[in-house]
This record gives sequence, structure tokens and C-alpha cells, in this order.
Amino acid sequence: MSEPRRAAPILAALAGAVLFAWVVSQQEIWARVLAEVFPRAARPVYPGATIAELTIEHLRLVGISSGLTLMVGVPLGVWVTRPSGADFREVVATAVDFGQTFPPVAVLALMVPILGFGLWPAVVALFLYGMFPVVSNTVAGLEAVPRAAIDAARGMGMGRARILLSVEIPLAVSVIMAGVRTSVVINIGTATVAAAVGAGGLGDPIIGGINVQNMAYVLQGAVAAAMLAVVADSLLASAERLLTPRGLEA
Amino acid sequence: MIALEDVTKRYDSLTAVDGVSFEVPSGEVCVLIGPSGCGKTTTLRMINRLIEPTSGRIVIDGRDVMGIRPEELRRHIGYVIQSVGLFPHLTVAENVATVPKLLGWERSRYSPRVLELLEIVGLDADEYAKKYPRQLSGGQAQRVGVARALAADPPLLLMDEPFGAVDPLTRERLQAEFARIQRELGKTVVFVTHDVDEAIRLADRIALMRDGRLEQYDTPEALLDHPASKFVHDFMGADRALKRLGRARVADVMTSDVLSTTDGTGGVSRESCKEARFFYLTDDEGTLEGWVDCHVLDAGTSPEEAGTLVDWREAAVQPDTTLKEALSRMLGLGFRNVAVVDERGRLLGEVSLSAIERTMAEGDAHIANLPEGEILGVPPEEGVPPEARAQLDEGVQPEEGEVTT
Ligand SMILES: Nc1ncnc2c1ncn2[C@@H]1O[C@H](COP(=O)(O)OP(=O)(O)OP(=O)(O)O)[C@@H](O)[C@H]1O
Ligand SMILES: [Mg+2]
Repeated sequence: MSEPRRAAPILAALAGAVLFAWVVSQQEIWARVLAEVFPRAARPVYPGATIAELTIEHLRLVGISSGLTLMVGVPLGVWVTRPSGADFREVVATAVDFGQTFPPVAVLALMVPILGFGLWPAVVALFLYGMFPVVSNTVAGLEAVPRAAIDAARGMGMGRARILLSVEIPLAVSVIMAGVRTSVVINIGTATVAAAVGAGGLGDPIIGGINVQNMAYVLQGAVAAAMLAVVADSLLASAERLLTPRGLEA
Repeated sequence: MIALEDVTKRYDSLTAVDGVSFEVPSGEVCVLIGPSGCGKTTTLRMINRLIEPTSGRIVIDGRDVMGIRPEELRRHIGYVIQSVGLFPHLTVAENVATVPKLLGWERSRYSPRVLELLEIVGLDADEYAKKYPRQLSGGQAQRVGVARALAADPPLLLMDEPFGAVDPLTRERLQAEFARIQRELGKTVVFVTHDVDEAIRLADRIALMRDGRLEQYDTPEALLDHPASKFVHDFMGADRALKRLGRARVADVMTSDVLSTTDGTGGVSRESCKEARFFYLTDDEGTLEGWVDCHVLDAGTSPEEAGTLVDWREAAVQPDTTLKEALSRMLGLGFRNVAVVDERGRLLGEVSLSAIERTMAEGDAHIANLPEGEILGVPPEEGVPPEARAQLDEGVQPEEGEVTT
């Protein structure tokens, strides 16, 4: 009965993603539009790589770092809400908080001597920077699970693992997903900085543009990154909606 | 059978449960009662090992619970928690199927079982199976909680204030249904409540606790009549005779020998009315619509004038109604007789004040021997108000329009 309500925003998000992919693949269109906007620029289009190539690079960077954030952040959030990890809860909260307040540019600078230039220092910086929303939402989501539901589950003979998987996670999934969404969207924007250490992506035209004082370069990188963030946000919002159990829909 | 042997639970300096021992024979309902914080929930939760006792033993059917894996133990003990605790993300049917699924039942086995259980607790399965907890009222949620505890047909049921969070009317209905279910299923039940009337109504035995200790463990009658201490006496309340009326049901004392007609006041025969108090009027299905007061008819009034139309929901009781409730209904209506109907309002018979008095007298001689002026052993100032007693004695008509609908 609520099928259409669930399907419409998801279809819209998918359509947005397809449209974005198409726009990004049309180097010609970018060239023409940029020529219009910057009529006096000699070379309005960033020559280093096509927008499509830059976007793919960007996605790879974000994919790896956000993937790691998820794989570490969610279990970390789960662990500190278990009896075995409860003692570490404050430490973890402080650490992820620090991870977010510490400027990513500084992390990049600190990582280069250790990991060299390229993808990896950027991955580390983004991984740390994105942890906070994932961990804190995982903890908040699990804490918000009604005590009575967990108590009833225990009283009926569910083991700890089963309670986590079939009661706590389903009840917390929308809050956890909201954290993931925030983390990924922040990551897409922050990842442009990573071009400074040679990680590539949509930060290349931005940083390149600043260096050669070509605002057309800056604009194309920024616009593509912004569009990517919007598309990712709506896709993740759809995923959040899909994963939210029926019984919890308002 | 459940046996608690000198069970103690200590939290740091606080002793939540202190050397409690009692036995619940199979098929009986044991009600744990006592002031808030006296250790009822703690005692209950030690039975299924949600809490581990500091010392003492709990034995179920000869097996020490400490020798059974907690998950295994709990899957075979139905548990209704104090705050219902339905899983909000699962449908009513999925909630009820929880334990059967844990036990590895096939869908073909638990699906029909779930629907059957919803009917047992008085919910229309077609309507409610697919609903989510947030779509239920408090009373409906508590019914689902009970159905969920009964799902795998456990011989043992632990219920922590299962009817705590509902209005008095719903509570009364849920109690009646619990009593009916218990008569049918004969589970061994440990039931926690704050409510003395609920305890008296449902218990085979009452365990009255205070500050972690067991004050008295006995039948409701014994607690009422032979309280072991002043605390027990005060806790059970002063209106003892009225309270024990809460234990008997209308079904025990009603008569089905009543006059009725489906032809309206036209069908009322003056002759047969001489023998009875009321001539009941029903529709073709037998649903109670009203009555003709034979006393008024005797006085020479016409049947039309002596007739009263009523709503059976207000003017009649059901077989599961307690005698206490029936008595209060009589007082409200101002008659010594009240009609008994089934859940759809069909006339089954009537119950009279004298029948109530008779059973009380049979059950317990000293009540019959109470001095004059105490109806059912209730001194006027604390039980039946004097004006209501006068009404009962004379069988006067209620005020015009009081029960007419
Ligand atoms: N985990 C715990 N740690 C410390 N004290 C506890 C704990 N659980 C219960 N208590 C204390 O033990 C006592 C008994 O608690 P319990 O929950 O059994 O009371 P109860 O009779 O069920 O009360 P209520 O009628 O309010 O539900 C209370 O004083 C309570 O504060
Ligand atoms: Mg309690």
C-alpha cells in the first residue's frame, strides 16, 4: 500500500544519478558552456583529464576512504555499546571527535612523509575525517533502541548476536545510515583537497586553477564535485529509506 | 512445578530479594504482589535467569535452572515483560512468531499457530496480523504481548504486570480473558501485579512481598481471612468480604431460568410474571433489548408502562464478570437481579443478590453469621452505601431515564 511512496523518491534519485553520469560524460557540453561563461579565457577547459576521468578518480578516492570508514566505524560504534567495549566508549568518542576537528589538510601534510604522495595519504585523511558521524550515529542509533524490545528479546531466549542483528540493527539502521550519508557527503567535498598531495580527482582542476589563476578550471571541478555530492546524498537517502523497516515509517 | 529455595539477590549493599522460598504447583497461578521496589520483578526474572541469584536454588520440574543454558531455558518459558516490549519493526504476526522461529519451527507450523493465538487473545487475526505495533492501542499491544508469550505453548508463563498500562475497563476485560485462557490452557503462571483486586481475582496463591522478603504465601482467601501480619492485613485492604467477591464469577451463581420474549411488551404474560422479577425482552437473535418489571406489572400497570429499554452493555453482566462487579452493577441499577448476556448481548440468564449471598454463605459460614446490618459482611460505612442498601432492600425503580437508552 505504501509502495508508491517508497518508490518515487528512489526512482528520482536513480534518474538523478543517470543524468549526472550523462552530463559528466559530455566533455563537449562542458567546453561549450565554459566558453560562454568565460569568453575571455584562452583555455576554459581543464586540459589534464576529462571531467569523466576526474569524476571516476574522485569516486575511487571517496569509495575507498568511505568504505574503510564504514567498515571500521560501524563495528566500532557497535563494540562500544556492548558490555565488552563499554569501557572504551569515552576514548573512542574523544578519538573520533579529534579526528573530525583535526584539519584534514594537516593530516595530509603529516601523512606524506610516511606514505609518500598519491592516493594513500588522502585515504587516511578522509578516513579519519569521516569517522565522527558514522561512529556517533551508530552509537546514538543503538542507544535509542527501546530497552523493552531488547529485554523482551532476551527474555524469549535470543542470544546476543541475534539480538544485535535482528532487533538492534534493524531498529537503528536509519540513524546509522543518516550518519553514513553525512560522512560520505562531507567526504566528497573534502576529497577535493586531496589533490594537493597528488591523489587526483575533481580537486585537480580546482587546485590547478588556483595555481594558474584560471577560474574556469576551479569552477568545473567545484560544480562537478557539488553535483556528485547531491547525487550521492539522494542515493544514500533512498538507501536509508529502503533499509528502514516498514513498522518504523512515520 | 516451580520451586524457589531460599533465593537471595544482593546488589552491593541492597538486598533486593532476601531468602525467598515458595512452590508453584503445575497448572496454578501464583501472583507476586507487594509495594513498588519490594523485589517482584527481580524474583520473576531469576526464574528465567535474566537475573542470576546471589544464593539459593530455583528448580523447575525437578531441574535446577542453573543447569540449563539460559537461551534454552527462556525459549521454553513464556515471558511478558513489564512494558510489553513488542518489536516495533516487526508486524504483529512476526512478533508472535518470534519464539517458534527461534525453536526452528517451519512456517507451515507457526503461521496457523500465530493466527490461532491472536484469536485466543481476542484479536481478529485478519485485521491485526499485518499491523505494526505503532498502529495498536495499549490494550491491543498487551494482548499481542500475551499471545507472543504463549506462542510456543510453553508450560510455564512469567508475566510482569501484563495489564499495567491500560485503563480500568480494558484491564477488567483483559483479566477476564486471561482467566478464561488460563482455564482452557492450564499453564503454570507466575504473575506480578500491584493491584490487590487483580491478585485476588486471578491467583490460586498469592505471594505477598515486602522489602525483598516473603510476608505470606497462601490462597487469596487465607490472606484475606488469616493475614500473617498487620502488614498483610493492611495491604490486602479492609473490605475483605467485598474483595473475595472478586474471586467468584457470575457463571458460578447465575440461573438460566428466566422469562423472555421476542414479541416486545406484547409477549409478556401477566401470569408467568408473578413468579419472577423481570420478563426480559430480546430481539430475534436473543439480544437483550429491555425488560418488563414484574413488580410494577403486578401493581396493575400495563406491560408497555412497566417496560424499560436498555443497552445490554450497561445494564447486563457477562458470565466472566466477577461477583464484585455484578454487585456494583446491581447497586448502580438499583435492582436485586441483573441480566447475564454473552459477549454479543444475547440473554443467557440472570444473577440475583440472594444467589450471591448464598454462595458466599456456602463458601464461608462465618460470613453468613455476621450480625444484622452488614450485607455480605461489609459494614455500611465502607462497603455498600446506606441509600443503595435501602434501594436494594425495597427493589425500587431507578430514577426515570437512568438506564433507559
Ligand atoms: N540492577 C540493579 N542494581 C541495583 N539495584 C537494583 C537493580 N535492579 C533492581 N534493584 C533494586 O532492587 C529492588 C527490587 O527491584 P524490583 O524491580 O524487583 O522491584 P519491583 O517489586 O518489581 O518494583 P515495581 O513494582 O516498581 O516494578 C529495588 O529497590 C530496586 O531499586
Ligand atoms: Mg517490577
